[in-house]
Amino acid sequence: MKIAHDLSAFLVAFLFALGLALSGMTSPARVFGFLDVFGHWDPSLLFVMAGAVGVHSLLYRLVRRRERPFFSLQFDVPTRRDIDRRLVIGAALFGAGWGIGGYCPGPGLASIATLDRRPLLFVLFMLVGMVIAKWMPRRT
Amino acid sequence: MNYLSALIGGGLIGLAVTLMLMANGRVAGVSGIVAGLATPSRGDIRWRLLFVVGLVSAGALAIIVKPSAFVGMSMAPDWALPVAGLLVGFGTVIGNGCTSGHGVCGISRFSTRSLIATVTFIGAGIATVAVIRLITPGGIS
Repeated sequence: MKIAHDLSAFLVAFLFALGLALSGMTSPARVFGFLDVFGHWDPSLLFVMAGAVGVHSLLYRLVRRRERPFFSLQFDVPTRRDIDRRLVIGAALFGAGWGIGGYCPGPGLASIATLDRRPLLFVLFMLVGMVIAKWMPRRT
Repeated sequence: MNYLSALIGGGLIGLAVTLMLMANGRVAGVSGIVAGLATPSRGDIRWRLLFVVGLVSAGALAIIVKPSAFVGMSMAPDWALPVAGLLVGFGTVIGNGCTSGHGVCGISRFSTRSLIATVTFIGAGIATVAVIRLITPGGIS
C-alpha cells in the first residue's frame, strides 16, 4: 500500500502541475496581470480558481463518503476553524511574496524544470523561509 | 482562449487534488507538503519527494508542449526573487497554506479559515503589485 501511496503522490503532482501550466499559474506574466487590478487587469486566474474549486467542491463530498482513502488508513484533512493572527499575517506575507516574484510554491517548483535562475532562486529561498518559520519559536 | 485554458487547467487542478484525497486522504497543499520535508519524520519523506519530482517532471513536459506557460520570468528583477521566496516560504508555513491548500482545497470544503486566508493573500498580492507600480518608474513591464 505504501508504494501505491507514494506513487499516487507523484501522479497527483504531475497532473496538478500540468494543470498549473495549462492554466497560466506558472506564468509570472499572468500572475502579475491578475494582481494588477489597478493597472492592466488580466482576470484569467479567476477562471483557474473557478475551475479548480468548481470541480473539487463537487467531488469532495463524494470522496468523503468513503470510509477511508485507497492507500491510507484514514483521511487527514485540516479541521481548524479558528482565525488567528498567524493565519492572517502568514497569508499577507505569502501574498506579498507572490506579488513580488510572481510565483507561489507549486508553480515555482514546476518552473525549476526550465533551469532558469529565477525560479531556482525563488525555490531555494522559499525553502529557507520555510525552515526559518518552522524553527522560529512561537509566542504563546 | 486564455479564459478557456485557464478554466480547463483549473479543472485539471481540481481533479488532481481530488485524486490526492481519494488515494492518500490528504489535502494537496503544496506548501504543507514541501514544508514537511524541512522537519521530516520516518516514512514521511518519500511521498513528499515524489510529489516534488512529479511537479518538476510535469514542468519539464510543459516546456516541450507549452513553453508559453512560463512567460514572464524576466519581469521581476533578479534580486526580487530571493525576497519573494523568503516571504512565500515563511508566510505559507505561518499561515498554514497557499493557493492550493487554502485557495482550492480549503474553499472547496467551505472552510471560513481558508476563505479568509485566500482573500488575505490575494489582497496582499494586489496591494503589493499596486505599490510596485507606484514606485517603479516604468511600472511593471
